[in-house]
Amino acid sequence: MAKVTLDGIRKVYPNGFEAVKPSSFDIPDGEFVVLVGPSGCGKSTLLRMIAGLEDISEGALSIGDRVVNDVDPADRNIAMVFQNYALYPHMTVAKNMGYGLKNRGVSKAEIERKVAEAAEMLDLSALLDRRPSQLSGGQRQRVAMGRAIVRNPDLFLFDEPLSNLDAKLRNQMRIEIRALQRRLGVTAIYVTHDQVEAMTMADRIIVLNGGVIEQIGTPTEIYENPASTFVAGFMGAPPMNLLKAKVNGAGTAEVTEGLSFPAPAGASGDVLVGIRPEDLEIAEDGDMQMEVKIVEELGANRLLHGDLGGQEFSVSVPKQQEVTEGQIALRIKSGEPHVFDANSGRRL
Amino acid sequence: MKRAGFTNRWLPVLLLVPQLIIIAVFFYWPAGYAIQSSFYLQDPFGFGSTFVGLENYTDLLSASEYRKVAWFTVIFTLLVTFFSLALSLLLAVKADNILRGAKTYRTLLMWVYAVAPPVAGFIGIMMFDQSTGPISNFFKSLGWDFTLGVNYFDTASAMVIVSVWKQVPVNFIFFLSGLQSIPRSVREAALIDNRSGMGRFWDVTFPLLAPTGFFLLIINITYSLFDTFGVVDTLVKGEPGNNPMTLVYKVYVDGFRGNDLGGSSAQSVILMVLVLALTIFQFRLVERRIHYT
Repeated sequence: MAKVTLDGIRKVYPNGFEAVKPSSFDIPDGEFVVLVGPSGCGKSTLLRMIAGLEDISEGALSIGDRVVNDVDPADRNIAMVFQNYALYPHMTVAKNMGYGLKNRGVSKAEIERKVAEAAEMLDLSALLDRRPSQLSGGQRQRVAMGRAIVRNPDLFLFDEPLSNLDAKLRNQMRIEIRALQRRLGVTAIYVTHDQVEAMTMADRIIVLNGGVIEQIGTPTEIYENPASTFVAGFMGAPPMNLLKAKVNGAGTAEVTEGLSFPAPAGASGDVLVGIRPEDLEIAEDGDMQMEVKIVEELGANRLLHGDLGGQEFSVSVPKQQEVTEGQIALRIKSGEPHVFDANSGRRL
Repeated sequence: MKRAGFTNRWLPVLLLVPQLIIIAVFFYWPAGYAIQSSFYLQDPFGFGSTFVGLENYTDLLSASEYRKVAWFTVIFTLLVTFFSLALSLLLAVKADNILRGAKTYRTLLMWVYAVAPPVAGFIGIMMFDQSTGPISNFFKSLGWDFTLGVNYFDTASAMVIVSVWKQVPVNFIFFLSGLQSIPRSVREAALIDNRSGMGRFWDVTFPLLAPTGFFLLIINITYSLFDTFGVVDTLVKGEPGNNPMTLVYKVYVDGFRGNDLGGSSAQSVILMVLVLALTIFQFRLVERRIHYT
């Protein structure tokens, strides 16, 4: 168990591509951090640098109080769960789980005890003599988890571990991984492109885009106060509506005539007004006139897509609400709309 | 799997005929003829033959020369198989690790694959030539007076070296593709589990290469036994005399140089049985082979 510190970590590939721009953050002991972003944003590269599978071009990485830039992956006392599980196909489940321990000179009896303990925890006891090819996807996933647990590491690293599972199993494993990490109290870094996983599992989320950290915060902070239009659009499903607007003389962000929103002091010029689809409601006296073109049924609620002030717009309404295509009036349920600088994308 | 059936029962036979004719003409007929003539003593000048039963076989097995050649073949096969597998595995592992210029390196290594065995033998003669061969000169500088075609041991060494050289590229290609089919994440998982590179190789990489390795083992045994004919032929320069030779080469020497067709046929029948045994062994094991998926 340890804290992890990244100080100006940067990754440049030999071909000159800068996968990760200098990034710094601290992960306190026992925290579950999720690195989230679209594919190619550098999240996996960052994780692989922490694991030692990728060289660090610049900056210092510490696990605990030790700088580990030049420490062998095997000596970093970490455990990693890979996307395709990366089990050793020629070894039984028990051997897979015990291999790391064996190489550290742990006694046979001790390995057996630890493997049995982890297998018990993960409901794998009956499968210890099987080979990975005889297991289902979910079971392989558990073995990969078990292999990580038995090492009793300082740090868990997860590289999109649930993306090969079906939706139902994914939801279940999400909860299990989170519960297991809480119980063991081991610091964890989890990479995913799935914002639902990020929101549900993380103590803190780090949103990456193009090798740059866009925002670090708790799921609530990220959702309530996205630092940029990228975060606003990436986190939350359906994504936040972003309306082009201009700050007028009165200090409000005007989308079209008769449709304007309060802007924070100091805002000027072109801005983007962000409103989450679920922060709106249909109201007779609403001052936002929306033309509904498509109604999407999601079961628990309905998603209305259409046009507001000449721009694309979506609203989420509860299933009880009867809706038809055509004109509706909307108002903001609670809170203020988010206002972003149109050029930099940063929150104002 | 659904079995597709033919409505006309003659069509499948018709479709098989060309293949069967080829097998019959080029395998069954000569094989049958070899078995038949192995029971006869042929007149060297082609004036008829006498049935002698198993005499050709008993003569062979009691001949010290035949046993000597058989022993040489066994040792030769073991050496060629071992060294061509070991060297190519080493090269493949190294080639798999390099990042820069990997393609050029691989292509260069594969070139030798295109060299025909007699040509390889000829190159061997030039390299090991007593007075001008660079390799013999190198050995001479080490104090080893290398005389190809004269000294039994020297000729045998040259045979092994040339045969290994010729076979390494084939094994290299298979080993390399075997290595590259090992998932990267499995190796990375091993990297986290084991700090020793040697340990990782023997615990993870090598077992995952085993299916490829086994396939190559059979291929290499077959190669050493039979396909080295061209190499042996060129290196002994058609002067078997006191030189080492393999069983296959002896079939040729006894049959076509010594005109002992009966004895030569008996030898080829023995070889045929050997191939049959090897093939059965291979199929049996391939069937039971562990499939890592």
